[in-house]
Amino acid sequence: MPEREVRIPIGPQHPMLKEPESFLLTLRGEKITDMTVRLGYNHRGIEKASESRTYIQDMYLVERICGICSHSHSTCFIQAVEEIAGLQVPKRGLYIRTLIAELERIHSHLLWLGVAGHEIGFDTLLMYTWRDRELVMDILALLTGNRVNYGINTIGGVRRDITQDQIPQILTAIDKLEERTKYYIQVGTQEITLRERLSGVGKLSKEDAIRLGAVGPTARASGVNRDVRRDDPYGVYGDLTFDVITDDHCDVYGRTLVRLGELMQSYKLVRQTVRQMPEGPVSVKAPRKIPAGQAVSRYEAPRGEDVHFVKANGSDKPERVKVRAPTLANVQVVAHMLKDGYLADTPIVIAAIDPCFSCTDRAILTTDIDNGRTDKMDWPTLRTYGIKWYQKQGIDFSELNRKLRIMRESN
Amino acid sequence: MPAEEDKIKQQLIERFGLPSDKITVQRDRRIWADVPASEFKEIFDYAVDKLGFVVLCTISGLDEGPTLGAIYHIARESGIILNLHVSVPKDKPVLKTISARFPAADAYEREMVDLLGMQVEGLPAGNRYPLPDNWPAGQYPLRKDWQASTGEKKEVGENA
Repeated sequence: MPEREVRIPIGPQHPMLKEPESFLLTLRGEKITDMTVRLGYNHRGIEKASESRTYIQDMYLVERICGICSHSHSTCFIQAVEEIAGLQVPKRGLYIRTLIAELERIHSHLLWLGVAGHEIGFDTLLMYTWRDRELVMDILALLTGNRVNYGINTIGGVRRDITQDQIPQILTAIDKLEERTKYYIQVGTQEITLRERLSGVGKLSKEDAIRLGAVGPTARASGVNRDVRRDDPYGVYGDLTFDVITDDHCDVYGRTLVRLGELMQSYKLVRQTVRQMPEGPVSVKAPRKIPAGQAVSRYEAPRGEDVHFVKANGSDKPERVKVRAPTLANVQVVAHMLKDGYLADTPIVIAAIDPCFSCTDRAILTTDIDNGRTDKMDWPTLRTYGIKWYQKQGIDFSELNRKLRIMRESN
Repeated sequence: MPAEEDKIKQQLIERFGLPSDKITVQRDRRIWADVPASEFKEIFDYAVDKLGFVVLCTISGLDEGPTLGAIYHIARESGIILNLHVSVPKDKPVLKTISARFPAADAYEREMVDLLGMQVEGLPAGNRYPLPDNWPAGQYPLRKDWQASTGEKKEVGENA
């Protein structure tokens, strides 16, 4: 029988996808010859909605554009508003913003590493990285009160100061995470199955990355040396020293190495912000009405360049807010990367640009079936409950944990 | 005033004879320019090819009352952003596509088509974005006179 082209629709709802998107793949045998992307299933009209809300309400609204890089969007938005209003945010406020930004990048990149591991059937990596990610989630909760959607920003600065006793906790967690990341770098560079599985998958040449407008780690893994933190500095990045990590593998393996390298840079940046943070106020009072004007703001989110354009008309509500999230720039690159690849590589190639998805709740309400009593369970109780529940089923990790501890201490 | 930004402003004035009050240097790395729609293509190509604004950040569409606006945010690798603003009449809102030069512009231009009713000449055939395929014709959500309550309320999902 002659070989025929087969067209396979994937999405908008599909177990492979974390969010609704629709891909139409054309296959010849197992090879993808063509593909089209249909987006918009998650369009929530946030730009329109922000025109009928005040600036401060909008800040909380744009923070909810994404569950992972929420701080990125709220900072990018208020940077534009502050520029129009001519507000000088105190240095300490900017330092705290930058600190949260880097902690967010750490949590996002660790999360990505786990997802990437999962997509290639390396679930041990998922379990390890997501366990370690809890360390940075705890620090974010400690500093802001929330694991995600931190609500730390306000127009003119930040809402919470950092206390002296929080600093050692941040540094301890960062030390632990750095040690773990060094181990993941070892896994990434020495573990043959990982390297072989990811090498040559989802190829994107430097020329194509530039031509198609790839952003963030996706672009940097193709040798494009662009990073808004260095090129168009905001916050206090101008005062900090860090390297922009690039790689010339031009494939999913390169994207893994770039994110691992960026994690190491983020630890460095967190230490610098904590060390250099000056004393003083964390915010200035912002006017309710913002004078007429316009500004464009850029921000290096974990997934790449985030762009916000704000136009003010002199009232307490913006005239126009335009958001360009990094995934929109990268999802068009995916179509190119999948071409001439294998169908089986589709999940990891799509996951490699790190499209966003939402995080978990931090407290749950439970109802006792016998007496109908409702209890609120916080995170440590839930964790203990989970461990005990699994022990009852005969799944007990305490011995393994003990061995792991001994192993780490002896290193 | 920042030197490099000022130089770019002077180059645009000399080359295209734009009035100097139409180009403002807002601060370091931010230049705003109002350009006439008739000369837009020429100025845009010059900025990209000759002045080195090779990164397309995004395109912002605007409802400006009698006109529809579009701001092309283009950047140099060194971080300077040139914001080119162009206005077209609302009854004939036609722009030319830049997707041949920047394939990523495809999504930004389709967004203006769907949400503001902009007409973009030369846009290659493809799926619409971001509204559903059976969204009622002539309803442009980002126009100022459009409210969520405008029009008939009905299910507009993919299979409705």
